[in-house]
Amino acid sequence: MASERLAIIASKGTLDMALPPLILASTAASLGIESAVFFTFYGLNIIHKEKMKKLKIAPLGNPAMPMAFPPSVKKTPVVGQIAGIMEAVFPGPPQIMGMIPGMTDFMTAMMNKTMKDHGIASVPELIELCKEAGVKLIPCQMTMEFFGYKLEDLIDGLEPPAGAATFIQYVLEAEKPMIIFV
Amino acid sequence: MASVTADKTLDTSGLNCPLPVLKTKKALEELQAGQVLEVISTDPGSKADIPAFCQRTGHELIETVEEGGKYIFYIRKKG
Repeated sequence: MASERLAIIASKGTLDMALPPLILASTAASLGIESAVFFTFYGLNIIHKEKMKKLKIAPLGNPAMPMAFPPSVKKTPVVGQIAGIMEAVFPGPPQIMGMIPGMTDFMTAMMNKTMKDHGIASVPELIELCKEAGVKLIPCQMTMEFFGYKLEDLIDGLEPPAGAATFIQYVLEAEKPMIIFV
Repeated sequence: MASVTADKTLDTSGLNCPLPVLKTKKALEELQAGQVLEVISTDPGSKADIPAFCQRTGHELIETVEEGGKYIFYIRKKG
């Protein structure tokens, strides 16, 4: 039995909340720590075959979101200058703008571009890295039923769906259990 | 310039956390014990992350070179 076990609970299905559990789990596994991610509630979308490719980031209700244009856009003449002025005037997109239809998709596209420019791995890439590193990816049985997701709706290479008790037991039977909730 | 010769070089330029560490781990798997891996990174986080990775996994970090915005690590695979 593993002496150390790191378990991360991924309960959110937005792009920004999908990355930390996958980054931590893949890194911990590469450091030789047995790692698992338990996907529950909206976190299930991170391992949903279709939805994992279209996770979004919402500007509405996210006052920390900066008005940040991808570096590649800022280098473009004219467009880049306009982007620079907008960044200088608005520290973040005014909250009310988040209500405008298409705003969420727009901000998501900018986020994806910025991530690519900075060499940050995408969600599908990180999932593959987790699998390669031997991270156990566990879908929550109850939420699968709640959302009507079948096993075939989810990506391959997952552990059998588990409930809360199975998950807690799996973590706590290690000598040094660690749980992170995201 | 480093005083060690590497058996293999891994260039992670442009990649960000956690990719340099994950790729280092993978590259080390392909080496024999005692061989040296050279890792090139532009991620400032790797300055602390690669030593942490080595400390944790037992591979020996022989040398770290910082030049022109690049961090170069020489890691000897544990035997």
